[in-house]
Amino acid sequence: MSHHLVLRVIAKLLIPFIMLFALYVQFHGDYGPGGGFQAGVIFGSAFILYALVFGVEVACRVAPAWAVRSGIAFGALLYGVTGLVAMQKGGNYLDYSALSADPVAGQHLGILVIELGVGITVASVMIAIFFGFAGRGR
Amino acid sequence: MALTVFMVVRLRNLFAVVMLGGIYSLLAASLLVVLDAVDVAFTEAAVGAGISTVLALGALSLTTSQENETRRNPLYTAMIGFVVLVTGAALVFGSLDMPHYGDPEAPVHRHVADRYIADGQRETGVPNIVTAVLASYRGFDTLGEVMVIFTAGIGVLLAFSAAKPSRGKMPDDGEEGGKP
Repeated sequence: MSHHLVLRVIAKLLIPFIMLFALYVQFHGDYGPGGGFQAGVIFGSAFILYALVFGVEVACRVAPAWAVRSGIAFGALLYGVTGLVAMQKGGNYLDYSALSADPVAGQHLGILVIELGVGITVASVMIAIFFGFAGRGR
Repeated sequence: MALTVFMVVRLRNLFAVVMLGGIYSLLAASLLVVLDAVDVAFTEAAVGAGISTVLALGALSLTTSQENETRRNPLYTAMIGFVVLVTGAALVFGSLDMPHYGDPEAPVHRHVADRYIADGQRETGVPNIVTAVLASYRGFDTLGEVMVIFTAGIGVLLAFSAAKPSRGKMPDDGEEGGKP
């Protein structure tokens, strides 16, 4: 699809905004609708749009397979380790109140971090599945 | 929505079926917005209408976009119909016991929901109760969900890399596995 000039230009214009929107959904999930799952899907769809318009090979150079694979594991690890850190600081597993001196600030921090972990895993899995599908066709 | 499902069942063109699936998800998302569940609607619109449609199209590009006509034994069809009808009737029968929509006496509203609504913001400092419940009060559940997604991703990666031609001779299905 690389010869479609309009598609290429529009995709190039849209992709930064899609990513920005994903980050907004990610970090604004505390205040409005959204969170890690939705943000991850939106962030992944930015890569999928890029791969659709510019080809899978080009997209694989932007998001190499090893980076996507480690992203899958890193997000899940980030979530689990947050729970362990809370334990290490004297709380229960995943009890974010122990993360900071102020329980409310600790909760806020914990929620932000685990949502980030969720987002990274979801985005990486979406990209990996799409590349898996698209890579088989050629 | 019922019309969309009917069309999905009847149509033979799989491309149209995939598109109708996306439309169905979008309708479901609108329904969830009407029910004031914006977080779920958001997910449904992004995953159901967006990513699933793209992935289904990707799968279609590996196969054909026309469903094969199959002739089934009428007795077999009747049996399927019977099972579907009985299961549907059982589900409808089960739903008769459920509390009405918005009933304040429903068990789900009398258990811990009150506490979340009353203390959630004070305890977590997060105005969006859905996020507070999902990430903090139900942190274990969400960890499990992330693990499900993690496992699914690993499984898909394994399934695709297992079909690589580098691992000996493939049965001649004319397909060449690429690097995921």
